[in-house]
Amino acid sequence: MDEVLSVRGLSKRYGQGCPACYELTGPRFETNLCPRCGSVVAAHDVSFSLYQGEILGIMGESGSGKSTAVKCLYFDEPPSAGSAEFFDQGEAYQLFDLNNAQQRRLANQRFGMVYQNPHLGLNFDISAGGNIAERLLMSNVDNYAQIRQRAISLLSRTEVLAERMDEMPRNFSGGMQQRVQIAKALATNPPLLFLDEVTTGLDLSVQAAILDLILEIQQQSRTSMIVVTHDLGVIRLLADRTLVMKYGRVIESGLTDQILEDPQHAYTQRLVASAL
Amino acid sequence: MNQEHFGFLDEYAKKEVRRATLKAVAIPGYQVPYSSREMPMGRGFGTGGLQLTLALIGRGETLKVIDQGSDDSVNAVNLRSFIEMTCPGIHTTIRTEQADLIQSRHRIPEKPLREDQLLVLQVPYPDALVVVEASEDRRKLLHGEADYSRLLVKLYEDIVKFSEITISHRYPTRINGHYVIDPSPIPRWDVPKLHNSPALILLGAGREKKIYAVPPYTQAEPLAFEDVPFRVEDFSDEHGQRRSCVRCGCNSSFLDEYVDSATGEQVYRCSDSDWCNQQLEQQQGVEQAVEVANG
Amino acid sequence: MKQQLVLSVEGYSKAFSLHEQGTVIPSAKDVNLQVYSASLTALVGPTGAGKSSILKGIYRTYLATSGQLFYTMQSGKRVDLVQADEHTILTLRRNEIGFVTQFLHFLPRQPTELVVAQPLIQRGRPVEEALAVARDMLAAMNLPRRLWSISPATFSGGEKQRVNLARGLVAKPRLLLLDEPTASLDPITCERVLRQIEELKKEGIAMLAIFHQPELVKRIADRVVELEPPLNGQTQLEDIA
Repeated sequence: MDEVLSVRGLSKRYGQGCPACYELTGPRFETNLCPRCGSVVAAHDVSFSLYQGEILGIMGESGSGKSTAVKCLYFDEPPSAGSAEFFDQGEAYQLFDLNNAQQRRLANQRFGMVYQNPHLGLNFDISAGGNIAERLLMSNVDNYAQIRQRAISLLSRTEVLAERMDEMPRNFSGGMQQRVQIAKALATNPPLLFLDEVTTGLDLSVQAAILDLILEIQQQSRTSMIVVTHDLGVIRLLADRTLVMKYGRVIESGLTDQILEDPQHAYTQRLVASAL
Repeated sequence: MNQEHFGFLDEYAKKEVRRATLKAVAIPGYQVPYSSREMPMGRGFGTGGLQLTLALIGRGETLKVIDQGSDDSVNAVNLRSFIEMTCPGIHTTIRTEQADLIQSRHRIPEKPLREDQLLVLQVPYPDALVVVEASEDRRKLLHGEADYSRLLVKLYEDIVKFSEITISHRYPTRINGHYVIDPSPIPRWDVPKLHNSPALILLGAGREKKIYAVPPYTQAEPLAFEDVPFRVEDFSDEHGQRRSCVRCGCNSSFLDEYVDSATGEQVYRCSDSDWCNQQLEQQQGVEQAVEVANG
Repeated sequence: MKQQLVLSVEGYSKAFSLHEQGTVIPSAKDVNLQVYSASLTALVGPTGAGKSSILKGIYRTYLATSGQLFYTMQSGKRVDLVQADEHTILTLRRNEIGFVTQFLHFLPRQPTELVVAQPLIQRGRPVEEALAVARDMLAAMNLPRRLWSISPATFSGGEKQRVNLARGLVAKPRLLLLDEPTASLDPITCERVLRQIEELKKEGIAMLAIFHQPELVKRIADRVVELEPPLNGQTQLEDIA
């Protein structure tokens, strides 16, 4: 198997920071808030590898730092420390050493991101098709007919009616907006996809259909994915391996069935016991 | 009026405009900020173009000022008088070919410009990205990285909605393969004149305090799709016949549409008044010559 | 066929540390056993002896508390499944080690035949080809044809078990772990399963299986490992997970 992403010691701290920040926060102290300087340690020392075609789950409650880690990797936020290496088409990229333009190129062309809130992933001022067009145009596809064709095939793959491609996203239901977001994320056939709580807040039947779609994409395209969720069911269904985060730290990681059947950390045991 | 300073502005102000101009020429399409002094007229009345003209014109040189193609509109007349008053020793003309420097609002003359001429365009909104990004900080990043995908998305949406690109003026145009400029509110008709123009074209935005340039013989490509190319205005009538100017009969110029107050009919006239006049003169000259020959 | 050592369990122990209750519950204690190619090793013993814990430990669904699980890979390389990194385990699961558990875990909304074909598809077999193999195996398992195209979600325990077996058997892994494969089957289907297992043996597959019926062990097992519940142990050990 080929490694796609290698993350080492990723940390994100909000605030001025002090030498005690990392020592006095975390699950042991049951807080993210540094008692000395008041900084928020959103994530600290997150390390993992992701291989081609693999789905990695990052599980935790809100404030655990699971979304922060992904936002750093997608360049939405600069990390405070750590490194991440992305391997793509024979090249290795130190993600946090790249300049803005290089980061933007990767984010636009080689990564895909699907947010819980469709307003973050979609431009609501332009049509569903226009949203997909935007990503293609960023990748220097400049043929209108080709863009239309690609948008139609992406939307039909994510089961959005092609007739609706020229409608504004606000006309769509929440589930449809997520499908458009996924279609947009897939526009450039990225080898790496980030999914941040993509089914949270949707009706159960809609959730199921979105999860089926994600699995289908993973099987057909061998896309590597990082799935961030608080939902054990999503983890069980999608993830090969899982990291469990709490108070900004990875408290446990392993094969998903092992995490669910033989959790080691007290928090994970409680989580699994309350869900099963 | 302080007559000590040729061109109204003090020497420091003129030097600053010239420095900004040099930089603008060196980085085609890049919006160079400058201080944009207070002028004795409201911003938005061509103060950006005016400061360029005042900083660049010299004694013995000839100036033409036009507004929407016309030399005798109020705005053009006022600007011309002001420049004449503050720049003793310059000449003015309404003839495109006689001008060393042409200051213009909304048009590029029909008559092709030469290498020894300079065109100054008055610009209300210098940044083509302003329609898709409100933050100037982020616009600067987008310009720096030549990321104009959002402008292209706008064109895409236009085609989806109207089956064509509907931008009538201020058509976003990529200069020298990198920066996309707002070429000022010139019609699409004039955009191709930017491309490889022998004359230096300077654009000045007084209110927004920016100067930028299309240097001579520089690429200027209007944004478009490979399969939906940029098009200029189509002046065909319902029979596919090219409309012509009711005054001079020219059928190759940019036309303004009027309603004839007597007949209520729609009529078309050359937007460039000097061009229209010269066409008429030429015809009259030919008629006279014919009369002389027949006489 | 020459029998080669495929798996050697050496001093394997498993105990669960339950933080909430503050207790440690021993499950398997100092287990030693060997599994060879083309043969079946049977695990027998009373409930609570840690039989399932051993299978799950080998499959890494459980983390071992101590001991080693030496597995000889197809390539000849020996790896300790306790220490191997997760990606190695995932690769082995996909290509070499199969597990038929007592409960069928399947992706919801997938037709039965696709559930069974999954291991082959994951190894890169074309979908149509994998489905054909899956259908043959479902027929061999005596599952009514009308059920093949619907999801196993609503199946009876016996039907689910047949789907589970079919999926485990089509994969033809090098090492197959079976947790009471015939527990909820009728005698006819049970007989078919035993015949399939004998087939697999002929193909050289190494198997480690939990059986409760002594007569089955007698008929099908080449080696028998008898487990005792750990001393000072608590009851209900196997069902904790």
